[in-house]
Amino acid sequence: MTICTWGAGLIALLPLLMIVGHLIVNGIGQITPTFLTAVPAPPGVRGGGVANGIVGSALLVVIALTIAVPIGIGAGLYLAEHRITRFARLVRLLADVLGGLPSIVMGIVAWELIVRPAGHFSAWAGGVALGLLVVPLVTRATEEMVRLVPPSLAEAALALGFSQWRTALSIVLRTAMPGVITAIFVALARVAGETAPLLFTAFGNPFWSVDPTRPIAALPLQIYTYAQSPYEEWRGQAWAGALLLLLLVAGIGLASRGVLHARARLFATMRGTKATDG
Amino acid sequence: MPSRTADRIYQATITICAAAIPAVLALLAIVLFAGAWPTLSSAIGPLLTQSTWDVPQHRFGAAPLIVGTLVSSAFALAIAAPLGIGVALLATEIAPRALREPLAFLVNLLAAIPSVVYGLWGIFVLVPLLRRSIMPWSMAHLGWMPGFSGPAYGPSLLAAALILAIMVLPYIASVSRDVILAVPRAQREAALALGATRWEMIRDAVLPAARTGLFGGIILGLGRALGETMAVTMVIGNRHTIPDSLFAPAYTMAAMLANEFAEASDPLHLSALMAVALLLLTVTLLVNLLARLLVARVAREDTATDGLPMPPGVAP
Repeated sequence: MTICTWGAGLIALLPLLMIVGHLIVNGIGQITPTFLTAVPAPPGVRGGGVANGIVGSALLVVIALTIAVPIGIGAGLYLAEHRITRFARLVRLLADVLGGLPSIVMGIVAWELIVRPAGHFSAWAGGVALGLLVVPLVTRATEEMVRLVPPSLAEAALALGFSQWRTALSIVLRTAMPGVITAIFVALARVAGETAPLLFTAFGNPFWSVDPTRPIAALPLQIYTYAQSPYEEWRGQAWAGALLLLLLVAGIGLASRGVLHARARLFATMRGTKATDG
Repeated sequence: MPSRTADRIYQATITICAAAIPAVLALLAIVLFAGAWPTLSSAIGPLLTQSTWDVPQHRFGAAPLIVGTLVSSAFALAIAAPLGIGVALLATEIAPRALREPLAFLVNLLAAIPSVVYGLWGIFVLVPLLRRSIMPWSMAHLGWMPGFSGPAYGPSLLAAALILAIMVLPYIASVSRDVILAVPRAQREAALALGATRWEMIRDAVLPAARTGLFGGIILGLGRALGETMAVTMVIGNRHTIPDSLFAPAYTMAAMLANEFAEASDPLHLSALMAVALLLLTVTLLVNLLARLLVARVAREDTATDGLPMPPGVAP
């Protein structure tokens, strides 16, 4: 049986090695300065890049975070403060459920609410679709981070005559803020790689655009288009784009998660010593 | 007192933020339900049972999508569930202590790869591999079994199931690891004290205690697999028929939405797609709810987090 679990481990790691290996082999040669700074070339023409996709993805993520982060932080504070009420339990459960729903559904809802009334695809719609994915992630992360803050800090502030809201915002949330920010980066990395909700919201755009009311390019959409094209040049660019996306997304996500872990452990030890001391 | 007013404003604000989450779920349901109403009210029977999808004739039968979604997810789970639990056992009980964390980390890395990258790898590596070697071999040696015959297309139900298995593996492994770690130490020590070997300890003390949570993790993986869109769209072949073999192309609900939604302009077509989306939402909602409740039941004793083990990608 020991052998079986070792086998399971090896089989599980094999695809990871293969995917990363193929991405590097097929993509690394194509990541050139032109690739990073030019807009796509017409089919069959050499050269061209994904600069508009990188900028478009950044704009989409910024819109998503601007909408979702305040709501997520507020909801996270609520869950941390009222953790055992029936409503809080329900919200916590629904946040987890929402986080597991297919992202394409968010795209359809953003389409119905924004694209259809406006009559055209837009970066706003794409940002809203991604924002719907970010809210539950930020909510749960904020709750966890706020809970890690030692309660004695809040008690000290209240004892000094701070009002409830100031204690919550300038003592508790502020202490938790570095953790919340790294969690936001984890969420950012998650949604920056999303493609499905963008297919009929942001839609993609082969040209340079930073106008949020118009269709906009996104790196995952470019990879999708290039991967299915019959042109050799575009297929090469799909590999390069995928390697770039993985480096961005996994790099940001993993670095942030590392910081989060270190921080959670630090707070846990702080709490642990408090508890045994007195 | 101004500060009491401010406190009230603060409480009201965070309550509204918390209420936004149920509101978003309700919004998803209402928008899809309203959009799907023309189909729901007049053509729900054909949608669920017929196989013809003919936009100009207004015949919208989604049975192949439902079958494709369920079969690809079921095969993915059949592969990923034993692997995921095996990896979790390896990372909690069996591997040398120094290797456990790195192993769990590496498996979680699979969850960090964007779906479209899986699809790309599927198109250019997995599908050619299946077509060139694995499918001909299986047909020669396993052709007597139903499902392992017929012409070997590359893009197929099998390709989608394999990609899905890789994609849900980290979720199953991560939840399994958390629930196995939540099994009390005393229970293991008792088994070992009674003279159990390590494997007997795992089988008799750890797995029964973690059973509900392991099942929850598998159901969570099912929720992911049912709704996964891009990677499946890129490798499943997108053919609107009920597949008669694992090697045949198929279609899923999410893949059809990805392919047709941007181009749909006919109101009845849109409504049929909305109905498919509503069906997908309902199924994944129920599956997720079930998974969360199962996992929450196991984790309840674990007061440190007072809640649910977080899937990979969610902090901390």
